[in-house]
Amino acid sequence: MTIDTGESEALQPAKAVFYNDPKVRAVFWQIVAVVGVIAMFWFLIHNTITNLDRQNIASGFSFMDLEAGFAIGEGMVTYTPANTYWRAILVGLLNTIKVAVIGIVFATIIGSVVGVMRLSPNWLVARLATVYIESLRNVPLLLQLFFWYALIVGILPRAKEAYGPFLGVYLSNRGFNIPLPDTWGYMGLLAGFLIALVAVMWLRRRNKKIHDETGEIKNTLGPGMLIFAVVMMVGWLAGGAPTTLDSPEFKGFSFTGGGEVTSEFLALWLGLTLYTAAFIAEIVRSGIEAVSKGQWEAARSLGLKRGQILRFIVLPQALRVIIPPTTSQYLNLTKNSSLAVAIGYPDIVGVTNTTINQSGQAIEGIAIIMAVYLTLSLSISLFMNWYNTKLALVER
Amino acid sequence: MTDTTEKHEDWSRPPATEVGVIGWLRKNLFSSWFNSILSLIAIYLIITTIPGIIEWALINSVWGDKSPEVCREAKGACWAFIYEKHRFILFGVYPYEEHWRPLVAMIIFLTLIFGSCIKPLWKLGWWLAALWAGGLVMVGILMWGGIFGLEYVNQSQWGGLPLTLFLATFGTVFAFPLGIFLALGRRSRMPAIRSLSVAYIELIRGVPLISILFMASVMFPLFLPAGVSIDKLLRAQVGIILFGAAYGAEIIRAGLQAIPRGQYEAADAMGLSYWQSMRKIILPQALRITIPPMVNGFIGGFKDTSLVVIIGLFDLLMTSRVAFQDINWRPFYVEGYLFCAAIYFCFCFFMSRYSQWLEKDLAKDQNH
Amino acid sequence: MANAQEAAAPNLGPAVELRHMHKWYGEFHVLKDINLTVRHGERVVVCGPSGSGKSTMIRCINRLEEHQRGHLFVDGLELTNDLKQIEAIRKEVGMVFQHFNLFPHMTVLENLILGPTWVRKIPRKEAIETAMMYLERVKIPEQAHKFPGQLSGGQQQRVAIARSLCMKPKIMLFDEPTSALDPEMIKEVLDVMIELAEEGMTMVCVTHEMGFARTVGDTMVFMDEGEIVEMEAPEEFFSNPKNERTQLFLSQILSH
Ligand SMILES: Nc1ncnc2c1ncn2[C@@H]1O[C@H](COP(=O)(O)OP(=O)(O)OP(=O)(O)O)[C@@H](O)[C@H]1O
Ligand SMILES: [Mg+2]
Repeated sequence: MTIDTGESEALQPAKAVFYNDPKVRAVFWQIVAVVGVIAMFWFLIHNTITNLDRQNIASGFSFMDLEAGFAIGEGMVTYTPANTYWRAILVGLLNTIKVAVIGIVFATIIGSVVGVMRLSPNWLVARLATVYIESLRNVPLLLQLFFWYALIVGILPRAKEAYGPFLGVYLSNRGFNIPLPDTWGYMGLLAGFLIALVAVMWLRRRNKKIHDETGEIKNTLGPGMLIFAVVMMVGWLAGGAPTTLDSPEFKGFSFTGGGEVTSEFLALWLGLTLYTAAFIAEIVRSGIEAVSKGQWEAARSLGLKRGQILRFIVLPQALRVIIPPTTSQYLNLTKNSSLAVAIGYPDIVGVTNTTINQSGQAIEGIAIIMAVYLTLSLSISLFMNWYNTKLALVER
Repeated sequence: MTDTTEKHEDWSRPPATEVGVIGWLRKNLFSSWFNSILSLIAIYLIITTIPGIIEWALINSVWGDKSPEVCREAKGACWAFIYEKHRFILFGVYPYEEHWRPLVAMIIFLTLIFGSCIKPLWKLGWWLAALWAGGLVMVGILMWGGIFGLEYVNQSQWGGLPLTLFLATFGTVFAFPLGIFLALGRRSRMPAIRSLSVAYIELIRGVPLISILFMASVMFPLFLPAGVSIDKLLRAQVGIILFGAAYGAEIIRAGLQAIPRGQYEAADAMGLSYWQSMRKIILPQALRITIPPMVNGFIGGFKDTSLVVIIGLFDLLMTSRVAFQDINWRPFYVEGYLFCAAIYFCFCFFMSRYSQWLEKDLAKDQNH
Repeated sequence: MANAQEAAAPNLGPAVELRHMHKWYGEFHVLKDINLTVRHGERVVVCGPSGSGKSTMIRCINRLEEHQRGHLFVDGLELTNDLKQIEAIRKEVGMVFQHFNLFPHMTVLENLILGPTWVRKIPRKEAIETAMMYLERVKIPEQAHKFPGQLSGGQQQRVAIARSLCMKPKIMLFDEPTSALDPEMIKEVLDVMIELAEEGMTMVCVTHEMGFARTVGDTMVFMDEGEIVEMEAPEEFFSNPKNERTQLFLSQILSH
């Protein structure tokens, strides 16, 4: 452990004993830590290899190319038990992403509404929001998931006696069966929507320009809705004005046609959304409260209207407080979606778990789960960081 | 002038619409037309749901020692189910005659936890820690037995609320010191130590607890040398500790960051070594401000212990579920879940209120 | 200046008139039978002990607080629950707060043009020119592109005054504009206020700066426990206060 101090050594008066030199100590402790960690890993890996050898389990991911041999309840890509484990894992991954994305969207909406309600000058409304927040936050999510699942399965009738159709939707203990568009003609509607979106964005920019140049304030909302209505109508007509839907129908033992939202998905989605929304509500509340009363008063005394105060003064300041903790709630929701395994929704953990049980390849399975979640977590935080810097830049 | 008509009113009092019940209603429920509509919607929601719930839970419900048949006929809640099964839900398959032991253990846990919430007792310092150590040893003796004439009970027979408290408390007690080291590591000036800490913390925080528990239940056995095996409960406990440590570390790091630089410099200037300055100057301050978030972390950990259901341990949630697996009591799952939820709620709600109060209280101390 | 004369032209009645005004917070009677008339171009200085209701009174003038009995007229319009009326009045009344209340997420310039462009509906370019003109007048044009957090307290308060002036108000309200400032910054703010008064702006100032009151005040108002105890021209007020409470207050404040 000779530290190179070069020629300066000669110039330095009384030098400390080498083992009291902070630099030497730092290097020493770091080496100890690294060696310790390596030794621990070596010990674990060595044990694992011996154990695996003894049990005759081959390690590696080659088993993933084998036929999975188990069925999966639902998925967004086609899958049969004859497909490989890889394909099964892909189905699980897509299911995780699906429930996380839909959950995040709804948790954000419900959370914002409840958070604003919590601050309402209306005593009853504020109380109701508090009851919602406190009762959901203080009970384990897993219990809530079990409860929603039991309720859906327990209260709704069997598929044969399904409630409905309400607007073409059947409710049964297997989930919701919904009608879906059945021709490509509906793409016209979608195209219309996208075109209208672009048009409204253009209108917004134009109105802003007009406001800058003349001071005139033009309404975007009314004309915007009109544009949506008209353009989507035109798109629909251009698509051949389709009116039929592929509706679900009960035949024999189950529904055919239409789409299916399984009760497992519903329970998981409901549980995740309501639970996370309670946390987001508290974040939104504290974000809005973080904008002082003085800001409102100053804006009001300038003569700004309530909507303008929210748009120019309160929201931009509140969002800065709200976004970072909300990001971690999004991450939590994504990670919590792994509780799906408890109610039988085939998410990545559920599918991998079955894979582990069938193939005995525990290490590989858990490695896959961890890699997937690390990637998801990382992507969400990268995206939100990017969004945060963008927001900060717009304001600077 | 226009105000002649008002002259004979009593102007030393606010208008009747401003105070009293009317004032309160006007201000809190009907301050604008929008608020009035909201109030009406809320009132409608309340009168359509609350009476039904009360009828179900209280009026038409079945209480006490009644058979499932009576419950099936009644329209309301079947609290008889809870009456019948409460010992099982609370203590699981622990030998029936010995239930007083987990009960006392539970009381010790709760006394320790709630006792530590009393601020004046913090002055006891290490004595409090010793009390904890003593309490936890007593819990161990009671639960396992095998000495003092207590019958030995294997931990595979533990269950219910004591198990939940056991996992949560031991999880926190051991995760805490580990968290301190990780937090100090993350703020260390030594790159190797910093990177190791960061890697550990971020890796654990990036994955769900369930994957750690799976790892604990299926991978730990592979990690150990041949012939050594640890029990499932202990493995889950280790998983929970390793998981909690990463979150605890981040809370403590926030506390360390809140300490002004001047404090670090002053400690250096006094010639204290790294560990001396941490122990005497920095940590006492940092930990004090991290107590409220720590309590929140504990609440999270307490709720998270319910995940051990997935690897098949008999915690409170599992015993509640198993209770209505009994053919006779099948239909009464709602009562079972509500009972279980109520226990979790009482505990978590109390703790979260406590942490809110504490935060304000500590902030007050700071200003003096 | 031009805008002050312009402001005085259309309405020859009083700028602000409070007639038998009362206000309660719950059961607590904060303002008791307040009668006050402010002519166009008049400078009224309000003083009184803490908690006497000074802030509450001037906050009623632009409806940051609601009064419950009596009448309140601003520039001939009565303040009622009518939102349009309230907005119309707020356009004409500028307010400067003790704690500045600048918008921290906007630059100084953005703070200044927000009201003119969205309330007065003035083209952005014109609003910027006006804003720069007022920034010159409060002597900080070079700070236009900074954020409020980067300025000193005195500079922030001058920006706040400029922000109100950009709305070309007919009446300016000041609620203890200097009491959150360090002594060396008080003068720079008072100078701006004195200049404004000399230009003929109608002003209602809550302040304990008695030097300022003597220099520019037309009328002194002394409040205590929610009442106007004494209302007098400054010379008379300072040399010969009639009421005991005024005497006591003045002796306390001037002894400092
Ligand atoms: N929102 C409110 N609710 C209840 N009481 C209030 C409220 N705002 C002010 N008060 C009370 O009204 C009284 C008058 O307050 P106000 O702020 O007008 O006093 P002030 O004369 O401006 O005092 P200071 O010189 O300290 O600013 C005080 O007793 C205060 O406690
Ligand atoms: Mg005041």
